[in-house]
Amino acid sequence: MELVKPGLGLIFWMTITFSLVLFILSKFAWKPILNSIREREDSINNALNAADEARKQMDALKSDNEKLLQQARIERDAMLKEAKEMKDEIIGQAKKSADEESRRILTAANESIESAKIKALNELKTQVAVLSVDLAEKVLAKKMEDRSAQEAFVNENLKSITLN
Amino acid sequence: MQSSNKKIFKRLALTAILVSAIGFWSFQSFANETATDSLTEQQLVTENHAEDHVAEVHEEGKVDAGKLIMEHIADAHDWHIATIGTAHISIPLPVIIKDANGVKVFLSSAFHHGHESFEGYALKEGKIVAVDANNQIIEDADFLDLSITKNVAAMFIAVFVLCWLMLRVAAHYTKNNNKAPKGINNLIETLILFIRDEIAKPSIGPKYEKFLPYLLTIFFFIFINNLFGLVPFFPGGANVTGNIAITLVLAIFTFVITSFSGNKSYWGHIFMPPGVPKPLWILLVPIEIIGMLNKPIVLMIRLFANITAGHIIILGFFSLIFIFGAMNQYMGLGVSILSVAFTTFMSFLELLVAFLQAYVFTLLSSLYFGSAVEEHHHEEHH
Repeated sequence: MELVKPGLGLIFWMTITFSLVLFILSKFAWKPILNSIREREDSINNALNAADEARKQMDALKSDNEKLLQQARIERDAMLKEAKEMKDEIIGQAKKSADEESRRILTAANESIESAKIKALNELKTQVAVLSVDLAEKVLAKKMEDRSAQEAFVNENLKSITLN
Repeated sequence: MQSSNKKIFKRLALTAILVSAIGFWSFQSFANETATDSLTEQQLVTENHAEDHVAEVHEEGKVDAGKLIMEHIADAHDWHIATIGTAHISIPLPVIIKDANGVKVFLSSAFHHGHESFEGYALKEGKIVAVDANNQIIEDADFLDLSITKNVAAMFIAVFVLCWLMLRVAAHYTKNNNKAPKGINNLIETLILFIRDEIAKPSIGPKYEKFLPYLLTIFFFIFINNLFGLVPFFPGGANVTGNIAITLVLAIFTFVITSFSGNKSYWGHIFMPPGVPKPLWILLVPIEIIGMLNKPIVLMIRLFANITAGHIIILGFFSLIFIFGAMNQYMGLGVSILSVAFTTFMSFLELLVAFLQAYVFTLLSSLYFGSAVEEHHHEEHH
């Protein structure tokens, strides 16, 4: 039973000692330790927050860059497309005008050839007529040299012409 | 692998032999001690007949393990270090007695281990009693024993070490502000953060900072005293935290702080339990008051019982050596190996308990503080 009877002397010394220890440690140990731990934690937190902030800013910057790049790409694509269209248009126009020109030239050539041909034919016709008339004159002249031949011929022709 | 195992085994065997040899040697000195003890007991018996059963035990040549253990875990007026042959080596501690004639201060060596009386006081069974001129105990003597006993001295040493350590750590913090801790500071900081983040914050809530210094102080006070109690020789060996006076004071501190920081809702729950019909208050209020007083009592008993039990188990294992040794020397030798093995195991367990009990005391204190400062919002819910 001695064990569970608290001794008065021990209680007395324990109360004094513990109060002193509580006071000394609270004032000179726990306060600076806890304060500096808190300060350190704050500074670590601040550093982490700052790093986070920086990362966010960098991310924003990066996305900005990305956006600009995207825009530039779109613009470039548009420009390329436009240029291609323009080129196609120019080529098409050129082709069209060349076609027209050649067709026009061809038509003109054809026309001139045709007119020349007609002219030549007309000339030929006239020439042939003149020549044949001349030839016929000469043949006739030769054939009708004597009188009997002339009469025979006229008779011949007269026979063939039936007067009804 | 094998060779290292062999080496370890060899070392273990060597250690066991050495330890048993030491145990054996101390058994012999112990036998001598019990012999002298029985002598003094016999002397005392001639003086006082109330204690003859103790003397009888010694006369039979047996080892009274219970008495031995109780002597070791109880408080004492001198710090016994060793007994070599018949010579006791012990540090005399100051005796401070306050009686009607004023305060008397002298060293406990004046009692000559209970053999003599001094200035009307004598040492009896480790306690100071008032005696008359014929060395008869005056039963209802009115005096106050404020001696620096073994427990007080051990506590002073532990507290001194604690303050020195913590002030050094604090100095390191003020000097190297905002730098990563190193060495012992790291260990202390880990424990401090553990108490702050795992004990105080979750159990008290947002108002934890007010209680943190007290929680840290009780944790380290209990922890360092527990550890010193596990050291078997001089600076340690006292059963400080296993003494009910110490745990009583600690529990009272917790109780007083709880009561003084108790807010309206804390006291309201005790004296005017909400949501209960008023006639039932007659029944509930006493229960609540008992519950309130129960908390520090539980704190007091838990720490005291745990630490004392640990000391008793370790001492019990050692006593086994001497009990068997008294029957047969070789049996004592054989048992010593087992006892040492068990005690080693128990010591490791006690190291855990030393931390655990400090943790439990701190945790429960903070839970009580938490219940004292907690804000209830019953009115809003009903």
